[in-house]
Amino acid sequence: MSHESILIVDGLTMRFGGVVAVNGLSFAAERRKITALIGPNGAGKTTVFNCITGFYKPTSGVIRLTHDDGRNFHLERLNDFRISKKAKVARTFQNIRLFPGMTALENLMVAQHNALMQASGFTFLGLIGVPSYRAAERRAIDRAKHWLDRIGLIDRADDAAGNLPYGDQRRLEIARAMCTEPALLCLDEPAAGLNARESAGLSELLLSIRGQGTSIILIEHDMSVVMEISDQIVVMDYGVKIAEGAPQVVRDDAKVVAAYLGADEEEAAAVMESGA
Amino acid sequence: MSAPDLTHASRREAIAFILKNAFISAFVALVIFSLMIGVRTEAGPTGQLIYWTRFDDLATIVAVVFAGSIAVELLRQWWGPVGVVGAIAPSVQRGLDFAGKAAPPLLLIFAFLVPVLFYNQRYLLDLSILVLTYVMLGWGLNVVVGLAGLLDLGYVAFYAVGAYSYALLSTNFDLSFWMCLPLAGILAAFWGVLLGFPVLRLRGDYLAIVTLAFGEIIRLVLLNWESLTGGPNGVSSIPRPTFFGIPFTRGDDGFAARLGIEFSPTHRIVFLFYVILALALLTNWVTIRLRRLPIGRAWEALREDEVACRALGINITTTKLTAFATGAMFGGFAGAFFATRQGFISPESFTFQESALVLAIVVLGGMGSQLGVALAAVALIGGFELFRGFDQYRMLVFGMAMVLLMIWRPRGLIGHRAPTVFLKQNTAISAELAKEGRG
Ligand SMILES: Nc1ncnc2c1ncn2[C@@H]1O[C@H](COP(=O)(O)OP(=O)(O)OP(=O)(O)O)[C@@H](O)[C@H]1O
Ligand SMILES: [Mg+2]
Repeated sequence: MSHESILIVDGLTMRFGGVVAVNGLSFAAERRKITALIGPNGAGKTTVFNCITGFYKPTSGVIRLTHDDGRNFHLERLNDFRISKKAKVARTFQNIRLFPGMTALENLMVAQHNALMQASGFTFLGLIGVPSYRAAERRAIDRAKHWLDRIGLIDRADDAAGNLPYGDQRRLEIARAMCTEPALLCLDEPAAGLNARESAGLSELLLSIRGQGTSIILIEHDMSVVMEISDQIVVMDYGVKIAEGAPQVVRDDAKVVAAYLGADEEEAAAVMESGA
Repeated sequence: MSAPDLTHASRREAIAFILKNAFISAFVALVIFSLMIGVRTEAGPTGQLIYWTRFDDLATIVAVVFAGSIAVELLRQWWGPVGVVGAIAPSVQRGLDFAGKAAPPLLLIFAFLVPVLFYNQRYLLDLSILVLTYVMLGWGLNVVVGLAGLLDLGYVAFYAVGAYSYALLSTNFDLSFWMCLPLAGILAAFWGVLLGFPVLRLRGDYLAIVTLAFGEIIRLVLLNWESLTGGPNGVSSIPRPTFFGIPFTRGDDGFAARLGIEFSPTHRIVFLFYVILALALLTNWVTIRLRRLPIGRAWEALREDEVACRALGINITTTKLTAFATGAMFGGFAGAFFATRQGFISPESFTFQESALVLAIVVLGGMGSQLGVALAAVALIGGFELFRGFDQYRMLVFGMAMVLLMIWRPRGLIGHRAPTVFLKQNTAISAELAKEGRG
């Protein structure tokens, strides 16, 4: 089991003063699979992401990440930027956080900072323009182009990210995360605000990312996306896990339906509908 | 458009709007100035309060504000909404683009020719050295404020560190200017890092206040550590720069005698001019290069969104510290130059006003734009001199010019940023990058 799972969360608790946002949560995300994390508003999903990616220090619990080569990382002990740099966990944000004044291409170049920094001899070699750095930069541009191509934004490469339509910004943020070459990609509501066509495109993109061997954890309210692409679903409510399993299993779970009914009729209806 | 009474109505609306604004401004002026100008108070011979009213002056001021407000609004309407670039005709836009491209090389050529053109005008030479010093300071601060987006109000501290480093090293250890220059830069960078550490977690206003305090602390230390810095008396008889060991003196081993030409004090001024020009160009070159390197992109990304940077594995701490250190280093170079040019320095030269002036240059130039900063330095420092004739109204005229400029161009003279890398065709980019890299 442990070698199958890329990420094991064990007894994760996150407390903010009196609020217990996450309470003893345990789950495992399988390697090269898409694990969806769903639940009503305020269930604590984003808080889990913030713990995994080092933005919050968990009150207690263990978060263990295992790379393909068997190397282990205790994410609760690593701090912020090292989680992306060393443990290779990338994320996107519920509210898009691009670099709006920089072009789409530049956004993807910034994502390759650590590799380029090394190639530039921590700036000194880059300053005098050694050929090896130029080659590295060319490779970085090629990678950026590859991703711009995949998200269909190659023609807008030189436009400021802030000028792109909303759906394009969502995809660009995913591409930017992918440019860090992550082992695990954490997506916080990537389909929020997308129309049906864009959602379908997003599903396709995520499946292709999984196909190339990157594991994904996905927070999403759009049940059509969740049911279509996830291999496994973890359902949270009030900071605890209330169900877990394959999409069909979760969909028919009485507790899940009740949680959504109690929280929001529209969402409950969405769950039922995709179940019907 | 077709209905005449519709435009009539909208015009009436516009007039009402302008009048309303003018009345509000006039009222605010009335409230503010009624006590400041309307009533004049003074202590009488026995210490009692004497006051008299000056309602005529007050009325004049309020009337001026009223009229001024109308004028500004009319100007605004005449210019159209701020920031509408599309309204400019394409041919004009093309002309502007061309001017933007042609300006840097032309300015550069002009800068190189300044000593030739104005050889006999000592005043202009001195002024251009001063302007270039501020261009360099502006470019240095631009790294911190314009690129990394860290509002630094204490930049003059590094200028001071550089100046005192050179002054003390040269007077105490007889080190030459060219030896001290890198040392001054390194010391200033070191202080930049020292300042950087405590303010890593601060942003915006808080950062500004702490850096301001840092600038004051450095000045006060210089003022009070008399055994080292000479306190308020400063450091005097700082060695003048030499032409790689040849001094600019009247004697037999002086520059003029060696070259077999007649001695002139202008030789040294010209030499100083080229030294500061070279230093400023070095600053510019390094900054332009850095912007295209990962560290420069990380600085700009930091300015755009710090949280996203962390999520991408960028070490915020070192990125901020390198920005502070780089900016401080250039400030240190400029400080060393200042010391050798003046031959005398004291804490008085490093007050907050200097920091504010350099920051004004960066903001006026357009955050992050190298050309903008250079133009702003010329405009601000040159403008200061230009308005000398206005005597006590100098600051007033100057302030008004600044306000108008900021209404007209709220993002600074050059309000756009050039991407550090772009894509058109694969081969074209790498050629472009390589070419600019060598330049
Ligand atoms: N920094 C914080 N300080 C205090 N309380 C917090 C903090 N972050 C989250 N919370 C609380 O934790 C709970 C869970 O929030 P969280 O953002 O994780 O929910 P979510 O499942 O992502 O909801 P949504 O679907 O609306 O995004 C909420 O009650 C929230 O108020
Ligand atoms: Mg959330």
